Amino acid sequence: MANKKKGKSKITVYPDWCKGCGICVEFCPGRVLELSSQGKATVVREQDCIRCGFCELHCPDFAIVVQDKDFVEADKLPRRRSAKTTDKGE
Amino acid sequence: MNEITGNEIIHQYLRHNKKFPHVLCAGCGHGIVLGTLIRAIHTLAIPKDDVVIVAGIGCSGRLAVYVDFNTVHTTHGRALTFATGIKMANPKLNVICIMGDGDALSIGGNHLIHAARRNIGVTALILNNNIYGMTGGQSSPATPEGSTTMTNPYGQLDASFDTVALARGAGANYVARGTVFHVKRLEKIMVEAISRPGFSVVEAITPCHTQYGRKNRYKTPVDMYKWLKKAAVPIDRYEEMTEEQRTDRLPIGVFVAEDRSGFEERYLSLQAQMRAKGGK
Repeated sequence: MANKKKGKSKITVYPDWCKGCGICVEFCPGRVLELSSQGKATVVREQDCIRCGFCELHCPDFAIVVQDKDFVEADKLPRRRSAKTTDKGE
Repeated sequence: MNEITGNEIIHQYLRHNKKFPHVLCAGCGHGIVLGTLIRAIHTLAIPKDDVVIVAGIGCSGRLAVYVDFNTVHTTHGRALTFATGIKMANPKLNVICIMGDGDALSIGGNHLIHAARRNIGVTALILNNNIYGMTGGQSSPATPEGSTTMTNPYGQLDASFDTVALARGAGANYVARGTVFHVKRLEKIMVEAISRPGFSVVEAITPCHTQYGRKNRYKTPVDMYKWLKKAAVPIDRYEEMTEEQRTDRLPIGVFVAEDRSGFEERYLSLQAQMRAKGGK
């Protein structure tokens, strides 16, 4: 089951919300994420993601979103307001 | 169409005019508990207006600020008393009381046992991080024996409270414990706790690296999550263990699950009875 989903995910990390605690980096089974030189989580090997959802569930700052790649690309509509823009919006 | 999943659900429940990222430290488990609570409420499909979050003082008190429900930020230790009042005034509301270990076990310890005895229909979510985090790392009633804190540089001498045993002894209707590492299990527990009648106690073990972990052999926040992964054992497996294996292990799961009717239900039925008799 898990293999079917491998490489079909789109992972987004909001750098403004990430505090670089490293939970997602440490526990990711596919070693998809790494900490950047600025101390934020960054997506390095997106093709290895098996979409277990660990990073999304365990991010204390709600900074990671994992979506279906096909959905994101097929949906030509503008993406929902990201966390960053809504932050300034109101 | 693009269905909304995971953290995008949570983003819909946050108050985006509050400053994000939230005030909690990097690697603090409180954020995970908040996310789990939001997901549980989303699963139950309760409208935002029917949920009341009552929070006390401390790091856990900040959680009420960030979510778009009816929220009350109350005085230290008295969150359960406010919650009792709200539930009695409008029994239709789902009242969830977020407290820390200091809030629930020391300053509000009296309220916790009497709320359990009364069986008021409130869900008490106790975020146990073993320490008074916000005020600078003093020992709390949940600090494990022998661990080092700001006020106990040579190790804590007192034994710590077992929240589950305390709540069970006081007669709570539903008692469960989860950790922030076992998120899916914690979510299930929360869903059950919110949907049951009567008083529910959910203890969520959440690591505090800044005030507790750094002084107790955990070098990074990740080490604390590894400890949770290792220490937490499901209750059925814990019961099969020998006394030796049980050292440093933490049973998680559902300890008490009853369906006794809450205080507000008994009060309303008494009221209806007296009215039928012709009272005023």
